[in-house]
Amino acid sequence: MAIWRNKLRSSSTPRCFVLASFVVLAACLAHGQSTNSCMDCHSALPEPLGVSQEKFSQDIHAQQGLTCTSCHGGDPTSDDPDKAMSRKAGWKGKIDRKQIPQLCGHCHSDPSYIRQFNPSLRTDQLGQYWTSVHGKRLAAGDTKVAVCTDCHSVHDLRAPSDPRSTVNPVIVAKTCARCHSDAGYMKGYPIPTDQFAKYSTSVHHEALAVRGDLSAPTCSTCHGNHGAAPPGVDKVQNVCSNCHTFQAQMYEKSSHKNAFQAAALPGCVVCHSNHGITHATDAKLGTGPDAVCMQCHTPGDTCDQARAGLLGSLSRLDEAIKNADRVLSLAESSGMEVSEARLGQDQARDSLTKARVTIHSFRTDLIDQDIRAGLQIAAKNLQAGKEAMVERNHRRVGLGMSLIAIGIVLVGLRLYVKKIES
Amino acid sequence: MTGDQLSRPEPMRRRVIGIFLGSGLLASFASFIYPVLRYLVPPAVADLGGDEAVAAKLTDLKPNSGKIFRFGSRPGLLIMNSDGTYRALSGTCTHLGCTVQYRNDLREVWCACHNGIYDLNGRNVSGPPPRPLDVFDVHLRGDEIVVSRKREA
Amino acid sequence: MFATIRHWLDERFDWDDLTAPLRHKTVPSHRLSYWYFLGGITLFLFGIQVATGILLLLYYRAGANEAFESVQYIMTRVRFGWLIRSIHSWSANLMIFTAFAHMFSVLFLKAYRKPRELTWVSGVVLLFLVMGFGFSGYLLPWNTLAFFATKVGTEITGQVPITGKPMMIFLRGGEEVTGATLTRFFGFHVAVLPGLATVVLLMHLLLVQRLGISVPPKLEVQWTRNPSDKREMTFFPNFLLRELMAWYVALGVLGALAAVFPWNLGVKADPFVPAPAGIKPEWYFLFMFQTLKLIPSKVWFIDGEVLGVLAFGLVGLLWVLLPFFESDQPSRTKRWITGLAVFALAYIAGMSVYGHLAK
Repeated sequence: MAIWRNKLRSSSTPRCFVLASFVVLAACLAHGQSTNSCMDCHSALPEPLGVSQEKFSQDIHAQQGLTCTSCHGGDPTSDDPDKAMSRKAGWKGKIDRKQIPQLCGHCHSDPSYIRQFNPSLRTDQLGQYWTSVHGKRLAAGDTKVAVCTDCHSVHDLRAPSDPRSTVNPVIVAKTCARCHSDAGYMKGYPIPTDQFAKYSTSVHHEALAVRGDLSAPTCSTCHGNHGAAPPGVDKVQNVCSNCHTFQAQMYEKSSHKNAFQAAALPGCVVCHSNHGITHATDAKLGTGPDAVCMQCHTPGDTCDQARAGLLGSLSRLDEAIKNADRVLSLAESSGMEVSEARLGQDQARDSLTKARVTIHSFRTDLIDQDIRAGLQIAAKNLQAGKEAMVERNHRRVGLGMSLIAIGIVLVGLRLYVKKIES
Repeated sequence: MTGDQLSRPEPMRRRVIGIFLGSGLLASFASFIYPVLRYLVPPAVADLGGDEAVAAKLTDLKPNSGKIFRFGSRPGLLIMNSDGTYRALSGTCTHLGCTVQYRNDLREVWCACHNGIYDLNGRNVSGPPPRPLDVFDVHLRGDEIVVSRKREA
Repeated sequence: MFATIRHWLDERFDWDDLTAPLRHKTVPSHRLSYWYFLGGITLFLFGIQVATGILLLLYYRAGANEAFESVQYIMTRVRFGWLIRSIHSWSANLMIFTAFAHMFSVLFLKAYRKPRELTWVSGVVLLFLVMGFGFSGYLLPWNTLAFFATKVGTEITGQVPITGKPMMIFLRGGEEVTGATLTRFFGFHVAVLPGLATVVLLMHLLLVQRLGISVPPKLEVQWTRNPSDKREMTFFPNFLLRELMAWYVALGVLGALAAVFPWNLGVKADPFVPAPAGIKPEWYFLFMFQTLKLIPSKVWFIDGEVLGVLAFGLVGLLWVLLPFFESDQPSRTKRWITGLAVFALAYIAGMSVYGHLAK
């Protein structure tokens, strides 16, 4: 045995197959019959032919009872490699990239088969895939595009809910980026390769990867997964509206919708960009470097005036809230209890948020409603803060009076003591 | 100074000191007692504690509608179902803390910020919310609808 | 009219005889007499605590879900509730301060010596009780700082070998700091400790009354040698009136502190949020807390924290028994206890300041 093993280790020729089979044969004789003879060799082989038992045991298919032959065919009961891997026994060998979607789809498009394992698992992935840019190009003979195994990995394929899965929400952007950020690999395709870099700076990435909000969007949320494709210029708002409902509803009714459509401009993206989307601030309505309105509008026209008015309203409410906060903080730091007004400040901030959302209607009357509501609340809170300060002064007056009384007593006592001791 | 000069102003001075000290004591006692007496009078606003809040009056809500009320330091959502029963949930979305609302067209609780939806038992049904909303107990007390935190078993 | 009442009482209770000791009581008069006021001020502040404590009981409710809200109610809704609570909090802190000052003045003026050993013992026990008041009372508003300070404080108790764990569970009313802990601490604060403190306080006052006021040794030697130098004042009314002035000053200070710096309420405790950074106990525990932090985690083979807790326990016990380590008359000139007192004062002050400044 030792001789065989030594030979096996030193050998890098195709003969290793033969040698290995002898080792395996010996092992089988020692351990009784094996039902999956594939692993006997392939667990000892180097990449890419090697698949360790440990790796394969992580695979969701292995966990559901599928084996090598489920995809690769062959006869795992035979210990003779020639018989086990004979074309006659249905052995397929290395699966051709072009065949992979079909192979996976063989089961995954079969509802009655999939139902046995997970009745709620969808079975339209293959159909979707053929509608994706990846699928269309594959069908046209381009084998550089992603097939199932490129994203899902192979032999250690995990469920998407597994944090180690390549298609877990937190990981999936990196998985896409493996190709899409590789400028060399993407050469010849007319799309940029900076999406991942931009996405990494975005508010969505921060929510997902930093704050761990699994509902925050990643690549597949907007582009689809199996049917991955750009959403299309005129359909962008339909994608964003899945989460940003209010903004979308207002935009739908706004004058900008038709204008953007007519100019073939991509909806939300015009102002907010796509992959590198940052937290929107009031500066978007301004005239500075972050400003967006004036990219299209001419200075001084009615829209510019409305823009300036809106910005003024938002700033006014923002200022009013900050002002109330200042007075409340002052009252708080001098020990007054203003938690009720503090709670009210949250409402005022809600109004400001609401007003900022209403901006998407581009209607000053609607926005002013929210602004007015917020200003009212902020004014009430400011008043509460001022009252607290008045109360504080009352306390000090009361203190002063009792201190005077105490002072009189002290002087009186001093005189009295002097008196009785003289 | 001779004893004769001292003897006349002496009782006078004694009385002045006595009056001075007495009025001082009186004034200082008044300034101690007054706050205490005011303190003893129970305030008009009854203290329900952090466990309870009056969410609404019986007449406030129509069937199939909701109302935001203050519960401690957070908002709560009181819902009157179409059959006239009440339900109370925490009003703070578990996603990013926006205030949720009752949608009478969906008969569900909806968060406008990112389209999160909860059912009437507070369970997060769709959208971003990671956790269900807290459910509170609802009681009727006279014409007031009182909401209270569920007692830990 | 007063004379009639007095006569009436005298006939029945022998009132004059009963109050005789008070009338004949004298207080030595010398340049260090000011220190004699500290005990009285501490007593006065204790009285303030009892009075404001009872007032707070009118509205306070113990319970994890109610405590914070009821204190908030006192602070915002009840008229002058802010004043009562702020005075209670400030007075508590001042009382601990004056109690410490009283103790060190007794130490430096050698007032603990024979025959006043038991006065010292009862006094130190009172100090411990007062610190117990502070520790238990701090939790009652159920705010975040108090919650975590209590968590850390009871955790330290748990470090004591063998008895530590059961003691911690006893204090917490379970494995963790919960509403059960609050209920317990409330009981300690308003029933157990006041009962104990009243008994020990009466003993302390009785001993002071029986033994008279101590005179610093040097002065006493001088006075015995030369009795004409001796200066005394009667307790009633001369000393008491002066004490009254001290009390009025204390009241003024309390009122000013309460009105200008009302005790704030903080944020309601939430056991499920992580502890805020830099949790510290009240200042009077800070020197112990800081010491425990400075002890290395392993000293030789003993756990550093355990060592620290044991050391403090031992020091506390020795401190109570301090007068018994000084032998009688011959060693009157021995200075080691003064040295120890200076060291203890410097250590407590230094560690407190360090603990306050440390992150």
